[in-house]
Amino acid sequence: MTDYIVPVLLLAASLFALRKQENSYDLLLDGAADGLKLLITLVPTLVLLLTAVTMLRASGAMEAISAFLAPAFRFVGIPPETAMLVLIRPISGSAALAVGAELMAEHGVDSLVGRTAAVMLGSTETTFYTISVYFGGAGIKKTRYTLPAALFADFVGFFMASMTVRLLM
Amino acid sequence: MVMSILWTGMVAISLIAAAALGNGSALSAAVPKGAQAGITLALSIAGSICLWTGVGKLLEHAGITGKLSKLLRPVLGRIFPSVKTDKKLENYLSANVCANFLGLGNAATPMGIQAAQRLAQGQNGRASDELCKLIVLNTASIQLIPANVAAVRAGLGCASPFDILPAVWITSLCSAGLGVTAAWLLGKVWRK
Repeated sequence: MTDYIVPVLLLAASLFALRKQENSYDLLLDGAADGLKLLITLVPTLVLLLTAVTMLRASGAMEAISAFLAPAFRFVGIPPETAMLVLIRPISGSAALAVGAELMAEHGVDSLVGRTAAVMLGSTETTFYTISVYFGGAGIKKTRYTLPAALFADFVGFFMASMTVRLLM
Repeated sequence: MVMSILWTGMVAISLIAAAALGNGSALSAAVPKGAQAGITLALSIAGSICLWTGVGKLLEHAGITGKLSKLLRPVLGRIFPSVKTDKKLENYLSANVCANFLGLGNAATPMGIQAAQRLAQGQNGRASDELCKLIVLNTASIQLIPANVAAVRAGLGCASPFDILPAVWITSLCSAGLGVTAAWLLGKVWRK
């Protein structure tokens, strides 16, 4: 079933655009060129962050952090190998992508850890960044309970990622 | 500034851990290896990023966001009662949620901030209950196709990079739903 979602979406988007008399091919080209620009801004970030993440792995720090947090993670049912990803995800999106990619490469992209990392990345956001952008834009000083509620949502995401991967896949 | 601290912290922790565990040679080998891994990762996701940014542009112009926002109205009305009296707010909110849903981050943020500004009016810099809910909804990310993650999986040789979709959908629905519920409950007891 999931095999057809993406091709169907591609066709649907193109058909919708044609129906509105939009030049779908030019729009795709235009967007793809924007994607290339986005990629160029992403390359230096990925080089730096993967250097740091590979250093964390090689030094033994990654394993030590996972081992230290393992009891707590096991207690709630989240694979302890994902500890670094869980810690970094709310702070930086690109660092989380680097940590997640390293986890998928290290443990195997179809392993339990690799899949859990992928679902975590796909279903959570860079919480602290989002909060600062929105409150900054709206001129809010008193943020009240937003941060605890948002971090709770993140926790639910990490927990459910572990559960769905274990039960569905 | 956050990134400088994060980077310095990661390097410092690596150095301390390597010195304590005697992994010095592995650590120094990791430096060029990691840098190259950054390029390899960037290259392996390059095609997908270009294609999905293209699809994003297409979705933006194809009028799908407009159709989706109509479907969303009843749900939005329940979470954000103000939309019943504020048509502009309703438009910004539904555009924000739809753009997020379709993975159009660049389109979602300006719409979300416009909605946040309307919700912040006359509140003297204090976040209203509805504004808190809007931000929690945005930090919980409900996304139809997590294209970047799928790209990384495909780049690592995964045979079906999109087979995580059902798990991603269930997970993000739960985290958004419970996050908004938590915000709603906290709004009842948080007086400040």
